[in-house]
Amino acid sequence: MADIKEVDSKAISEPEAIAMLHQLNEDLLPKKFGIRGTLWVILLLIIAGLGVISYISQLRNGLSITGMGDYVSWGIYISNFVFFVAISLVGSLITAVLYLLNVPWRAPITRLAEVIAVAAIMFAGLIIIVDMGRPDRIHHLFLYGRIQSPIVWDIIVVITYMTISLLLLYLPLLPGISFCRDRLTNVPKWQKWMYRFLSLGWKNKPEQYKIVKRSIAILCVLIVPVALSIHTVTSWLFATTFRPGWDSTNFGAYFVSGAFMVGAAGVIAGMFILYRFFPRYDQYITKKHFDRMGKLLVLLSLIYLYFNINEYLVPSYKMKGEEANYLHELFSGDYAPMFWSVQIFGMIIPICVVIFKKGRKPLPLFIIASMVIVGAWFKRFLIVIPTMLHPFLPMQELPEKWKHYMPTLQEWSITAGSLAGALLVITFFVRYFPIISIWEVAEEKGISHKVIYEHLNEQ
Amino acid sequence: MSDIHEDLKDHKEEPNRRNFLKLGALAAGLAVTGAGLQKVFSGSEKPGEKVKVLTTDGQLVEVDKNHLDHSCCGVPSKEARQGIPGKKFVMVIDLSRCRNARKCQKACQKHHHLPEEDKWLKVFKMQDAPSTSPYWMPKPCLHCDKPPCVKVCPVDATFKRSDGIVLIDNERCIGCRFCMAACPYSSRAFNWHKPDQPGVDEAGAYSPETSVPRKIGTVEKCDFCPDMLRQGKLPHCVSACPNGVFYFGDMNEDIITNGDETVKFSQLIKDKAGYRYLEGLGTEPSVYYLPAANRQFPFKDNAEEKPEVKKS
Repeated sequence: MADIKEVDSKAISEPEAIAMLHQLNEDLLPKKFGIRGTLWVILLLIIAGLGVISYISQLRNGLSITGMGDYVSWGIYISNFVFFVAISLVGSLITAVLYLLNVPWRAPITRLAEVIAVAAIMFAGLIIIVDMGRPDRIHHLFLYGRIQSPIVWDIIVVITYMTISLLLLYLPLLPGISFCRDRLTNVPKWQKWMYRFLSLGWKNKPEQYKIVKRSIAILCVLIVPVALSIHTVTSWLFATTFRPGWDSTNFGAYFVSGAFMVGAAGVIAGMFILYRFFPRYDQYITKKHFDRMGKLLVLLSLIYLYFNINEYLVPSYKMKGEEANYLHELFSGDYAPMFWSVQIFGMIIPICVVIFKKGRKPLPLFIIASMVIVGAWFKRFLIVIPTMLHPFLPMQELPEKWKHYMPTLQEWSITAGSLAGALLVITFFVRYFPIISIWEVAEEKGISHKVIYEHLNEQ
Repeated sequence: MSDIHEDLKDHKEEPNRRNFLKLGALAAGLAVTGAGLQKVFSGSEKPGEKVKVLTTDGQLVEVDKNHLDHSCCGVPSKEARQGIPGKKFVMVIDLSRCRNARKCQKACQKHHHLPEEDKWLKVFKMQDAPSTSPYWMPKPCLHCDKPPCVKVCPVDATFKRSDGIVLIDNERCIGCRFCMAACPYSSRAFNWHKPDQPGVDEAGAYSPETSVPRKIGTVEKCDFCPDMLRQGKLPHCVSACPNGVFYFGDMNEDIITNGDETVKFSQLIKDKAGYRYLEGLGTEPSVYYLPAANRQFPFKDNAEEKPEVKKS
């Protein structure tokens, strides 16, 4: 790690660099939302608020307000949890993997990826508490925790991942916060105070940059195994049981590959919003970025396709007793429309479209990415619920309502609320912090830390 | 085949059954003594304090609080984790005798204060293949020796005792329902809403041995009625069955009884080709089944049918 070099400043002349730096600050420091942004925030607040109201009702009445029963004892809360964990993997993909591979175009999108990761993993943690029958006993996990339980493994890796992700978001953000502190003079007092507090007295000294860059390098190495383990362990919550559809040694790799795919799609969707709705952001997130991310999405989708083939084709060749019922239900039964839609619109069509250059233009790629995200949400539903409806023993002597699973309005509302909450975290971040890392873009353009120190640290 | 039962009955029944009950009574006695000692050491009980109780014939009487016997209601959580010393409980369900009378289920529902939708003991209508004959299969919790539910519990709320029983501490359970996903026999139920339990003092002392008072947001299941076992009595399903389907006993003593006849466990399993359900999963259940061969009743698919009560 000692070979982290100061970027060569000779490639660009100093006055040029200063002008560029001021332009960067002009373009990329957070600005007040327009009418569209405000409406978006209000919409999210309403959805999240309704979710909170529904959760209060759940706290009062217990999980009976959900559509779950003794057979489908895990419902959309759990599938939504898996979705959140999946999408949060993108942080490690874009930040760490592209960093370690020394991919030059990563600078403008790393922070977006990291914010998505942090927001998603936060709400993964929250939604799992929502699923608990006794959230008032959450301290029992610490009092009586058993290391033998995959749930405890999951808690450990999720907390570790959240910590590293927060650091990977926060440390590279320090210069950005200091720019906000020094440059945004026309903002409310609390906002100034927040920047002053969060910037930890950052002074843009080249030594400081050196420390941050070294920390990023260490964190990027650390986060890769942790990222792989969060989703692998999440898959083990299912794969460590006997149930047909979950009893699979393919599950870890299948989950991780799916997570990378939906994560890449999440970043593409975010990129498009920034590209399309934020003035001058298209100077930084360019068509080239969409093209590259599109290629990455195809690669990740092909890997996911490979694991899907392993997951479904091999058991359906054998059609083993209990698994056969479950597979028939997916392929041609009640869940067939959902299953085939998800596989075709969420995986096959994206591969076929994005593999062509025209498909990697911003708008088509955004549409495809949205399809991948929606498909990925329902894919998690298909992983969790149909299996629960196919136990070893026949489903007899149970109330009619438990023979099927249909989430209730309150359950949908809580789930939608959690998704809106995660989007709110991302939205507020974009409102108050530079979502495109100014110093990393400057570095990419060949502006030295010395110039930043000398010209951005006035006032 | 049924002759063997008669043989066993003639030779073994009386002394062994008495033995089982005697040992049970001893265990219950020990439990009461243990509770008594605990009281002495804790020093919280004031001697001579009077409490009012209602007798079975409806009279209100005043008795010394110390004379009240709580052993019927299961022991506190810490003790309930230990199990009854020296025992290894086992159940054998003779499918050839089951006619879907559902007395077992009724007794279970009643004694555990369960509503209609929660059934700890189910009677499945089974048919192994289209060409094979259907049969009834009562299924309690199988109290596995390698319980997948216990393995996955994050807080040690469900546990395996030295006497083979798998219990749940509803005061510890956090309601994650991983055990329900892990159980391949769908033996576990969840209190989705505030339990409807008439006749239960909801503020009363809780014991994992009775699961009463039942608690919202926690998992529950068949518990082999350890409160009955402590008193040397049989689980409710066993004593309620009119057809002698359920045998219950102690693996260490190799003796099991269905209330009418007492037999050697190993002999019965050998003679009647006993097996465990889904043995291939490696969970090692404590519940054995005897095949539905030479059935005592023709199979009638009518759950509403009024079953004949066997004359004793």
